[in-house]
Amino acid sequence: MYVAVKGGERAIDASLEMLARERRGDTSVPELSIEQIEQQMSLAVDRVMAEGSLRDRKLAALAIKQARGDLVEAIFLLRAYRTTLPRFGFSEPVDTAAMQVSRRISAAFKDVPGGQLLGPTFDYTHRLLDFGLMTAAPRPGVSSAPMPGAAAGPEQPPMPHVSDILGHDGLIEAEPSHGAEPGDITRDPPSFPVDRSTRLQALSRGDEGFLLALGYSTQRGYGNNHPFAGEIRFGEVAIAFVPPELGFEVEIGDVELTECQMINQFRGRGDEPPRFTRGYGLVFGHGERKAMAMALVDRALRARELGEEPGSPAQDEEFVLSHADNVDASGFVQHLKLPHYVDFQAELLAVRDLREKAKVRGAGE
Amino acid sequence: MTTATAPAGYNFAYLDEGTKRMIRRAILKAIAIPGYQVPFGSREMPLAYGWGTGGMQVTAAVIGASDRLKVIDQGADDTTNAVSIRRFFARTAGVATTERTAEATIIQTRHRIPERPLREGQVLVYQVPMPEPLRFIEPRESETRKMHALVEYGAMHVRLYEDIAAHGRITTAYGYPVLVNGRYVMSPSPIPKFDNPKMDMMPALQLFGAGREKRIYAVPPYTPVRSLDFDDHPFAIERGDQPCALCGSTDTYLDEVVVDDRGGRVFVCSDSDHCGERQEAGRAAPARA
Repeated sequence: MYVAVKGGERAIDASLEMLARERRGDTSVPELSIEQIEQQMSLAVDRVMAEGSLRDRKLAALAIKQARGDLVEAIFLLRAYRTTLPRFGFSEPVDTAAMQVSRRISAAFKDVPGGQLLGPTFDYTHRLLDFGLMTAAPRPGVSSAPMPGAAAGPEQPPMPHVSDILGHDGLIEAEPSHGAEPGDITRDPPSFPVDRSTRLQALSRGDEGFLLALGYSTQRGYGNNHPFAGEIRFGEVAIAFVPPELGFEVEIGDVELTECQMINQFRGRGDEPPRFTRGYGLVFGHGERKAMAMALVDRALRARELGEEPGSPAQDEEFVLSHADNVDASGFVQHLKLPHYVDFQAELLAVRDLREKAKVRGAGE
Repeated sequence: MTTATAPAGYNFAYLDEGTKRMIRRAILKAIAIPGYQVPFGSREMPLAYGWGTGGMQVTAAVIGASDRLKVIDQGADDTTNAVSIRRFFARTAGVATTERTAEATIIQTRHRIPERPLREGQVLVYQVPMPEPLRFIEPRESETRKMHALVEYGAMHVRLYEDIAAHGRITTAYGYPVLVNGRYVMSPSPIPKFDNPKMDMMPALQLFGAGREKRIYAVPPYTPVRSLDFDDHPFAIERGDQPCALCGSTDTYLDEVVVDDRGGRVFVCSDSDHCGERQEAGRAAPARA
């Protein structure tokens, strides 16, 4: 007699145990420490913090370890933890012009006030596997002293934003602060069209791969907006908060940010003279690829506002923002693993019935 | 039975009280406007989106220490995801759980309505993947909200009519759209249309949670729920022509189970509790078709 093949408590327990064993791998190899992940997988930690919307390097490293290096899974772990934390309010706007930068480049000008600073970048590495890294031996020429944080370095010259330099001449659109309370996508369901603060939040914690593909699509003609990388900077900025019971600003810490300001063509319309427009990208941690992609997509999403005819996926706000979140997307795509046999049975009955009817019709002709 | 206590570090039923209050407000609004999708500040849950996070948030918001919870998926208590969700609440709320439909005060379900008629005082919580019944006609939320506001349901009727014109019948077999209280077209969640009639004038409260899509909706007790149809093509449910191989039932929804690779198959009740009760009662009789 048929015995219902259904999962159950024992199957789940056995699965959890196998998962734990797989995570650990060969026990003759030393176990990864959280510190190792935090220090040596720092860009993975940065991505998990950015898309997990939680700035905590240790917890992000823990999530990566627990998720066996599956970053989208790690992001999910961090989000599920984050959701249990209380929300105290929102900070004062950060001043990225006052950033202690460890990298700052402009592709629009040969030199800019404050200078160009290459910083740590893969850009000029030759992508050759470095077989020297196969062993853990100390590397000649690489100092073992800890890297000084940007803030600990010598006093930096002022580094005004490149876009503000253009702004002095009116060559780029002004971007006045309207002082309104920013939206919070973690608390309020989106209602389209959304304001720009909500849109930038959604993009900032959106999936890097999704934004990269969309940004790329704008470069290939699907909503082209002729971008120049006006400026990319990465470094630390101070975060200030005004506790309601105090009523004045208190600096509560520093956070690492990557900012990208794209400068885009605009030919003018009506009585508006031609000028440049902005696309903005801001990502927690060091995430240049994503900050640039975000800036492209942000500009593409401003199509309607700037009187351009939207027609490409990257210009469609509801399409982009509804599908940018990888915790949403990963869950729903993978829910197809859950049993659907009740629905499938209903479809089976319907298809058999339709086939029966078609056969009768065929015979009648 | 265990007494209700939450594990250290987490609030009762996982969500903090502020979040529960926000969800309860959405639920109250949903009950006040039957069939209307209320946006709510859906939270990440420690379960993937699409796996019942909406239902879990609704359950977490309405459950109390004295409740008795039943969780089913595909009609059965022992499917893995149902086990996982039941464990979650047993662990975070310490509430009593049951597999008996009659004993449960709250039933969280995916894809089925129990066979045993529900009574007053019970709450049926549906997990909903896509709350918008018009989504496959109009992908934009900004448009579908307008269509609901203006009772602009012509496109839905045209779609059903096109089915009849092309196939001689409405081909939708699950997630069959309903009209609630004569006002809102609503998705019943992906239950087979076999279950649709059970929603009509049900004495129990029906709550629907869609976590990823951030929507809650409701059908209060004793509310008319009508499956969309036409006068000359009235709504009808379909059923296989075989009895349950385990309990002999001929009036329940059956799963088809493939037993070999030569076309052999048997049919068994999808509602495992109902089937078990019938077997216990010794009513396993040959089919009286």
